[in-house]
Amino acid sequence: MPSLGADMEHGKVVEWLVKPGDYVHKGDLVAAVDTDKTVMDIESFQEGVVAEFLVDIGDTVEVGTPIARITATPAEVPQPPLTSGTLSPDARSPLAAQEPTPAHPGAGAGHPELGAKASPPVRHLAHTLGVDVGRISGSGPGGGVTRADVEHAAAAPTAPAGRAGRDVPVDHAAHRVRSSPLARRLAVELGVDLQAIAGTGPGGAVTEEDVLAAVPPRERAPRDLPAEIAAQAPPPEAPAAAPPQEEPVEAPLEAPGEAPQRKPATAAGGRAESLRQAVGALMSRSKKEIPHYYLSTTLDLAAAMAWMLAANQQRPVSSRLVPSALLLKATALAAKEVPDMNGFFTRGAFQPSSSVHLGVAVALRHGGLVAPALHDADTLTLDELMDQLRDLVGRARAGRLQRAEMADPTLTVTNLGDLGVESVYGVIYPPQVAMVGFGKVLEQPWAHNGMLGIRHAAIATLSADHRVSDGMRGGRFLARIDELLQKPGDL
Amino acid sequence: MNEQDAHQAVAAALGKVAPDVEPGDLDGGARLRQDLELDSLDFLRLVEVIAESTGVDIPEADYPAVATVDGLITYVAGHG
Repeated sequence: MPSLGADMEHGKVVEWLVKPGDYVHKGDLVAAVDTDKTVMDIESFQEGVVAEFLVDIGDTVEVGTPIARITATPAEVPQPPLTSGTLSPDARSPLAAQEPTPAHPGAGAGHPELGAKASPPVRHLAHTLGVDVGRISGSGPGGGVTRADVEHAAAAPTAPAGRAGRDVPVDHAAHRVRSSPLARRLAVELGVDLQAIAGTGPGGAVTEEDVLAAVPPRERAPRDLPAEIAAQAPPPEAPAAAPPQEEPVEAPLEAPGEAPQRKPATAAGGRAESLRQAVGALMSRSKKEIPHYYLSTTLDLAAAMAWMLAANQQRPVSSRLVPSALLLKATALAAKEVPDMNGFFTRGAFQPSSSVHLGVAVALRHGGLVAPALHDADTLTLDELMDQLRDLVGRARAGRLQRAEMADPTLTVTNLGDLGVESVYGVIYPPQVAMVGFGKVLEQPWAHNGMLGIRHAAIATLSADHRVSDGMRGGRFLARIDELLQKPGDL
Repeated sequence: MNEQDAHQAVAAALGKVAPDVEPGDLDGGARLRQDLELDSLDFLRLVEVIAESTGVDIPEADYPAVATVDGLITYVAGHG
């Protein structure tokens, strides 16, 4: 379970985007995780084959807990299995402790080291077929497991399931029932035993339809529950916390029982409430730890707005620009030039970032806000930035952000002016060291060369960390944003 | 396009862009930015959805005319 933000302590796996046997590259999305703030897709930190899941859908675990085991790819030297999430295994996760990692030399005593027993191609085959090589007695040289052994084991109808007594009935990892992630989730929610279902999918896999068909008609009434959960994750105060091993029967039965009371409005309300708490905790920390100083300047947007209006006239609606895109790009370029605004303050020291990952504060419709990153915003063209901005805001509102987007911002921009305020003094997101605010773009009287005219203008503000910079540097940064906006064609 | 069709098209487009806005709250005088809290990206998406569904392309210069729900309906009815 990776950290998806400075304030995150635990997360709940709500969906697997891969299945055991899948080959994943570093960076491939593997799971959707519900935090107090939003649902985010998280990526694999390693390349390899997904061997098994170590937590079930709906489990809430601490940051640092392994959630899946990814084994080395055939191309790599055989090595002990790696865990996604890497950090120290949590003692609360009993399955993790069974992994034969070097840190737990005795843990795998029941089975010889995988690496010594089966070659990487054979392990890959085993994972593809959903077979645990640790449970096969090998017929190859030195007791090694061969392809034939794996194929034989896969064909056998009832492989011994060593952990059966401790697992919930639908634990796919232990029983190797082939099934889709959606089918597994449905099964848990409807209290259906996957093992009892004859799969009709590829290779006999249990599909969503199979699970639904297995539910007695009278119990099918709360059928809207899974759809609701898929659309918007349930409130965090509902189930989870306790490992499933401690409640082998209750867990699957709970969901249908709760269904009639749970309405979408309640779920959204719970989300808004926990989001409000998360935002409050983070902002309290910011105000306690960060000595903010504040600056403001009025940006002359005459050139930028004239350029944008002319550019938009030539464009179809779908590729029109908004002023925010120009403001964000100018901010990113200025941050590249004035590095004291861009980076993280951690462990008592400032680490400037060589990349500018611009956080964009997005107000969520049911309250609260998130500030996901536009990666390498300084290197994007205005059109690319505009496309990514629309995509990012859309996904933020839909609750589908990726881990890196939440964890990476090196500097955040808030653009409340879009909704009418003239200026906004933001609170810095730890561990960042600055926050830029843009107010409403207004036509204002403007004196220039002894003449009074009317120009588009907006108030830009800077909240910055006095441990890292002072007003002189902050002022330079704001002035640089204004300068860059005078040549919009170069943005 | 008559007002009735325009009203439907606008209500459908708003439903896509701002699904949290209850159809019952769609007061004709509601301002899209201030009352319905559409930001500039939402507004752009709204203009895009309207163009897709009705063929009415609202140029940027006409944005002030479509700042309210009624304004938008009248505009779509008059140009579709």
